[in-house]
Amino acid sequence: MINLIRSLGRWGLGTFERQGRAHLFLFNMLLGIPGLFLRFSLVVQQLFSVGVLSILIILISGLFVGMVLGLQGYNTLVDFGAEESLGVLVSLSLVRELGPVVSALLFAGRAGSALTAEIGLMKSTEQLSGMEMMAVDPIRRIIAPRFLAGIIAMPLLAAIFSAVGILGGFLVGHGLLGVDDGAFWSQMQAKTDLYDDILNGVIKSVVFGFVVTWIALFEGHDATPTSEGVGRATTRTVVHSAFAILGLDFVLTALMFGDE
Amino acid sequence: MMQNKSTEIFVGMFVAAGLAALFMLAMKVSNLGDFTDETGYQVTAEFENIGGLKVRSAVTMAGVRVGRVASINLHPVTYNAEVTINMYPQFDNLPLDTSASIYTAGLLGEQYIGLVAGAEEEFLQDGDVIDLTQPALVLEQVIGQFLYSKAEGDE
Repeated sequence: MINLIRSLGRWGLGTFERQGRAHLFLFNMLLGIPGLFLRFSLVVQQLFSVGVLSILIILISGLFVGMVLGLQGYNTLVDFGAEESLGVLVSLSLVRELGPVVSALLFAGRAGSALTAEIGLMKSTEQLSGMEMMAVDPIRRIIAPRFLAGIIAMPLLAAIFSAVGILGGFLVGHGLLGVDDGAFWSQMQAKTDLYDDILNGVIKSVVFGFVVTWIALFEGHDATPTSEGVGRATTRTVVHSAFAILGLDFVLTALMFGDE
Repeated sequence: MMQNKSTEIFVGMFVAAGLAALFMLAMKVSNLGDFTDETGYQVTAEFENIGGLKVRSAVTMAGVRVGRVASINLHPVTYNAEVTINMYPQFDNLPLDTSASIYTAGLLGEQYIGLVAGAEEEFLQDGDVIDLTQPALVLEQVIGQFLYSKAEGDE
């Protein structure tokens, strides 16, 4: 009985400790960002591995998500004779929800896990402590550039996802199902608002980029420095990122679109 | 060095593609195009009932869009809906006795204001009021009236 309480207490304290470390880590990362503008090539390097290498999966998934939306939406809308609204359906669902959320999930799987594994391996091979020995702050030199790159890359990836998805919806709607292309675009333009829909979508993706990169870097930095520990940290990154994305998406959606 | 160069090129292309996608979303998908000529003049109209009219709903004349609804308020004295319309500047020759009605696009579509030109020689100016208005058709009222007149006819 005493042991149970003791382990419960240890678990609770451990959770709080991890939370505290994660936030201190975030604070240190944010402190490291201003110095990066003097050495922007570090960020560019990371933008390549975080952003450019994720483009392919974003392009292909976006195209197929848009095409599926086109097909499914058409089947429902045609019953009401409203198949011209297909453009609105595709654009709003992509710009508001699917673009930011699905690309953030893909980003967590593609780039977040890679970041965790990279940082975790650096830790387990003692490269991070080596840097500290040389009086180089690994948080500023290694982690902050990755963090900034993640925040920059995520909204761009989400925008690419949405744009390609709308094109995919158009291809299916116009090319395959014969929806009038003028009505498709004009109804989309009439119902999609620059601030309410597109800007809010961009805000969402910035928030997701922030959270996913933070989780990935922290898990890597906090991993047990063994191959098993790094593996577990990578798994945790993907799982926790998915939870954070979906939970935050609900909160953000309630804040942005809840009062309509 | 070579490796570094191509990395930079790819990153540049990535950022350019992302910005192009954002630009396409803004220009092609959203209603940004409508914002460009919003420096028109404003007129107001009072309606008994505006139904489902919203801010930014379309204002048309003969089916051509001539403006947008800028704001909707409740008149404190008459308890009518006071709708401010932002007219596009190129349509500055509408007669003073133009009338406004609220229509529905299609059976279930959005509601919009339709203007019909009058015969007055003077034109609507900034701050003018459209006096001749016709409220939105509320489906329940129409059905109620229909049932009422039907019942009367039976007797």
